[in-house]
Amino acid sequence: MSKGDQILDIQHVHMRFASKGLVVKAVTDVSFPVMEGETIGIVGESGCGKTTLGRCIVRAYEPSEGKVMYTAADGQTIDFLQIDKATMKKYRKEIQMIFQDPYSSLDPRMTVYDIIKEPLVANFPKMPKKEIERRVMEIAEKVGLNTTYLKRYPHAFSGGQRQRIGIARALVISPRVIVCDEAVSALDVSIQAQVINLLHDLQKELGLTYLFISHDLSVVEYISDKVGVMYLGKMVEFAETRSLFSHPMHPYTESLLSAVPVADPTVKSERIPLEGEIPNPANPPSGCHFHTRCRFCTEKCKREVPEYQELEPGHYVACHRAQELTLRGFTYE
Amino acid sequence: MAFFKKKTAKDESYYLASQWVLMWRKLQKHKLAQFSLSLLLVLYLGALFADFIAPYGLEEFSSLYKNTAPTKIYWEDENGDFSRPYVYKLKKVNDKKTWSVIITEDTSEKYYIDLFVEGGEYKLLGLIPSNLHLYGLVNEAGEVDRSVRVNIFGADSTGACIFSRILFGARVSLTIPFVSAAISFVLGILLGGISGYFGGMVDNIIQRIIEVLSAIPSIPLWMALSAAIPPGISVSAMYLYITIILSFIGWTGLARVVRGKFIALRKEDFVMAAKLAGVSDFKIIIKHLVPGFLSYLIVNLTLGIPGSILGETSMSYLGLGMKAPATSWGVLLKETEDLVSVAQCPWKMIPLVFVIITVLAYNFLGDGLRDAADPYK
Repeated sequence: MSKGDQILDIQHVHMRFASKGLVVKAVTDVSFPVMEGETIGIVGESGCGKTTLGRCIVRAYEPSEGKVMYTAADGQTIDFLQIDKATMKKYRKEIQMIFQDPYSSLDPRMTVYDIIKEPLVANFPKMPKKEIERRVMEIAEKVGLNTTYLKRYPHAFSGGQRQRIGIARALVISPRVIVCDEAVSALDVSIQAQVINLLHDLQKELGLTYLFISHDLSVVEYISDKVGVMYLGKMVEFAETRSLFSHPMHPYTESLLSAVPVADPTVKSERIPLEGEIPNPANPPSGCHFHTRCRFCTEKCKREVPEYQELEPGHYVACHRAQELTLRGFTYE
Repeated sequence: MAFFKKKTAKDESYYLASQWVLMWRKLQKHKLAQFSLSLLLVLYLGALFADFIAPYGLEEFSSLYKNTAPTKIYWEDENGDFSRPYVYKLKKVNDKKTWSVIITEDTSEKYYIDLFVEGGEYKLLGLIPSNLHLYGLVNEAGEVDRSVRVNIFGADSTGACIFSRILFGARVSLTIPFVSAAISFVLGILLGGISGYFGGMVDNIIQRIIEVLSAIPSIPLWMALSAAIPPGISVSAMYLYITIILSFIGWTGLARVVRGKFIALRKEDFVMAAKLAGVSDFKIIIKHLVPGFLSYLIVNLTLGIPGSILGETSMSYLGLGMKAPATSWGVLLKETEDLVSVAQCPWKMIPLVFVIITVLAYNFLGDGLRDAADPYK
C-alpha cells in the first residue's frame, strides 16, 4: 500500500442518542473518503456533531448505522464498526485518538512513563521490558518531551507538554490513522503552533493520516488537505481545502469563513453574521436544516432536504441553490 | 547559589511525587487534621497498652470505693512544702447526727503515687506476662498496698476505676468502627461497583434497596436486630453481632459514593483513552477506576467511623448493644442513665468526653483528608 490509496471510507454514519423518549440525531448520514497520508479537517459550531463523528470512527461510540471501511496495513479492508472483539484487538491499535483536554485525558495517578507505556503493554503483552523502555523513550524524544522527566506525574507538566504526552501515548503503538479531537483548542496560541507543527512533522515522518476536528478555521486551513463542514449532525460541504476556502458553495461555509479574523488591520472584512441559535438537534428544522439561519432561504429549502452531491470534482455540497449562488470565500494572495 | 539548588531539589521531589505522597504532604499542611491524627494515635496506643497504663484490671473493684469522687491528690505536706504527690486511704465513719455511713479520708497514713508499680497480672499485647503498671500507690515504707486506690476519674457503682475502664472500653469502642467499616467497605464497593458498572436494571434495583434501607429509622432497626441476638452469649460473640448490625446499615452510603464515582470516572477522557488503546475492562477498573476513587473512599470511611462509634455508644447506652460485664464507652455511659447519678457523681460523664474527642478528631481528620485527596487542586 502506498501513499494516496484510500485508507478509510466513512459511509452513511448515523449516531442517535436516545434519552427520556427524545432521540437526538447527533450525526446524520455522514460519508466521506480518506486517503492515506492526508489530513481531513472537520469544522463546525459547538454541538454540530463533529466530536461525536470522531468518536464513532474510532468506535468509542457504537454508531446506530453506517460503515467505516478501513483498509488495514495488511491490505485487508474491513468494516471497523462490525468486527468482533478478537479482530478488533488486532486492528484497534491502527486507529488512535488525541483528546481535547490535556488535563482530563491523562490519569493523574500514573507517571508519564506509565501513561505512555500503557497502550504498548495492552497490545503487546509479551514485549520485554527493555524493548518497552526503548520504545517509550524513542517516542517521548520524538514528540519533544525531556526523557529525564518521564518519572514525573502529569501534574508537573504544562498544558502543551501534557498534549505532547497525549500525542506520545497515541503514537507509541504506531497507528496509521489518528483522530485529533480539538487537539489544540485548549492550548495557548503560541503552544498551538508548536503542537500543530509537531503533528505536521510527525505526519511527514511516519506517514500518518489525520482526522483533524476543530472549530478553529485558521488551524484547519493550515493543516488540512481536505475540509468537511458540519452543521447539525450533517456534512454540508466537503472539498479540498483550497477549493472550499476560496469558493465555498454552501451559505453556512461562507458565514463561517467570514468570521475568521484576518491579521491585517488594513483589510476590512465584512462579516456575514449568522442569526439565531443553532437549532435543537432533538427537533431539527424541516427541509434543509440550515434554512432557519440562511439568508438565501426559499420555500423549497423549508420543504425538501437537499441532496449531498458532488457538484465539482471532489467538491460535495448539500444545498438546493449551490449552483446559482456566488459565495464569497477567502482571498489567497 | 545554594538557595537555588535547594529549591530545585524540592521542586524535583514535588514533580516526582505520586498522588499518595502529594496527599500526605497536603495533609501535613492541615494542622487541625495533623493534631487530630496524633490525638487518635494516642487514644489507640492507650487502648493497645490498656493493661499497662490502667492501674487496675477489669476485675479489680472495691466496695469501699463505690461511687466515690476522683481521688484527691496532694502535692503539699502538712507544713505547706512541696512533696511527692500522695493520697490518703478512705475509711467509713458514722455521721453522729444522721447515723448514716459516710466515707472520708483517713489522714493517718500517706500513700505515694509512684511510677512502674507492681499490680495485677496481665499479658502485654497478649504475649508478654507482666505485673507492672504505669502508676500505682506505695506506702511510706515503699511497699505496694492494693487495698488503697487512686481513681483519677473517680469510681463507678461497682467501685471500679473509671479511668481503667475507659482504657479497656476503648478497645471495644475504637475497634468496632473499624471492623464494621471493613464490612461496609466490602459490601459498599461490591454493590456500588456493580450498580455503577452495569447500570440499567441492576442499578435501579440496588438503588431502590439502598433507599429502603436508609429510610428505616436506625434505632428501631437496632432494636429489632439486637432482639435477634440470643441472650447469654459470650462478649466476643456479642462484639461480632454488634459490628454486623452496624455495618448492615453503614454500607448504603458508601455504595452510593462508589456508584457515583464509578459513573463519573467512567466518563473521564483518560478512561476512554485506555479503552481506545485496547486496555481490557478489568484492567481499566483496577488501574484507573479504583485508584481514582480510593482516596475518596478513605475520606468517606474516616468520616463514617465517628458514626459507628456513636452507633455503638448509643446502642450500648440503650441496653441494645454491649452489656456489663463487657466494657465499652457506651456501657460506661449507661451508668449516667438517671439524673440522680449524674447529679451526685458527675465524674461518670467523663467517658462522654472521650467519645466527643474521638468523634471530633475523626471528623477533623476526614476533613483534612478530603482537602488533600483532590488531585486537581
